Amino acid sequence: MKRSNEPIFWSLFGAGGMLAALIGPALVFITGIAVPFGLIFKPDTMSYAHMLAFSQNWLGKIFVLAVIALFLWHAAHRIHIVLHDFGVHAVTLVRVLCYGGAFVGTVIAAYTLLKL
Amino acid sequence: MADTEKIIEIQVLRYRPEQDKEPVLQSFKVPFTDDMSVLQGLQYIKDFLDGTLSFRWSCRMAICGSCGMMVDGKPKLSCKTFLREYYPQGLRVDALAHLPIERDLMVSVEDFVTKLESIKPYIIPKEPRTLEQGEYLQTPQQRDMYEQFSSCINCMLCYAACPQYGLNPSFTGPGILALMHRYNADSRDGGQAERNELGYADEGYWGCTAVGYCSEVCPKGVDPANAINQNKMASAINYFTRFITPGGAEK
Repeated sequence: MKRSNEPIFWSLFGAGGMLAALIGPALVFITGIAVPFGLIFKPDTMSYAHMLAFSQNWLGKIFVLAVIALFLWHAAHRIHIVLHDFGVHAVTLVRVLCYGGAFVGTVIAAYTLLKL
Repeated sequence: MADTEKIIEIQVLRYRPEQDKEPVLQSFKVPFTDDMSVLQGLQYIKDFLDGTLSFRWSCRMAICGSCGMMVDGKPKLSCKTFLREYYPQGLRVDALAHLPIERDLMVSVEDFVTKLESIKPYIIPKEPRTLEQGEYLQTPQQRDMYEQFSSCINCMLCYAACPQYGLNPSFTGPGILALMHRYNADSRDGGQAERNELGYADEGYWGCTAVGYCSEVCPKGVDPANAINQNKMASAINYFTRFITPGGAEK
């Protein structure tokens, strides 16, 4: 029996799922509700200058990359297996679109963050 | 006081290879009482209405695993499912999904049995002991690690429930992967390396997409989805650490 390479994708999926469960709702609340409506945080919390400073810090870069890349890999795997469960059998095409999309998104995010 | 007799309609998917090109539905009107199982309904049909109806059964008490079938589209043990739950609308009984029908409600168990044998479903001792050395001791905590998975009665309801097995029969499937875990998780067993060659393949744990319906339909409270998920974690750790652990790469 050939060893499966699925652990690579499953680990990224699991890490993304864990991260999404832990901080996803908090991120939606902060960036989508609290800051725009001026609750709790100062109104300029997410101003360009603040966000740029955040992304220029190495810990900030790692955090932004982790959120973007792992969420993408999680979504890619989830969409892939759901399509499989629903009987979409264009396996190679689905894999290329899902994981390829996550890969491209990861590269763009990493490149952009490095340039800041 | 005797129950007033009630009549329920049971539709049965028939397939008699010598006369039917494909499975056909046949309807029977069966008198029943509240304590009658679906299996007893089928036995009534066989005894009084149509003696050619074929189905497997043995113990009538959910321990032999012979009488699995689709009852109104859900995998059930017919001995553990009661006709009263389907009254007055009636019910439909099919052979287990995803498995080739041999005749009427009997499916071929060949694939299941071949796979079951392939996982070495027995304890492979870590170290051989002589009779004088006595039995292999185990603490209650060590037993808890595998006990629920040892309740499997090989009824194949989880195979009828598993969409992955339905899509791709080369997938080992929930029940047998749960049994593989039952032996791998046994403190007396040393056969993990032999079994995990299959477990770590696409046909093993990785063929599962965590739908979880297997665990819902199990009549014995086994949780195959949990067994598989635990092993995905172990398999993933092994995948990434095999080159830095001694002897790990050959596994």
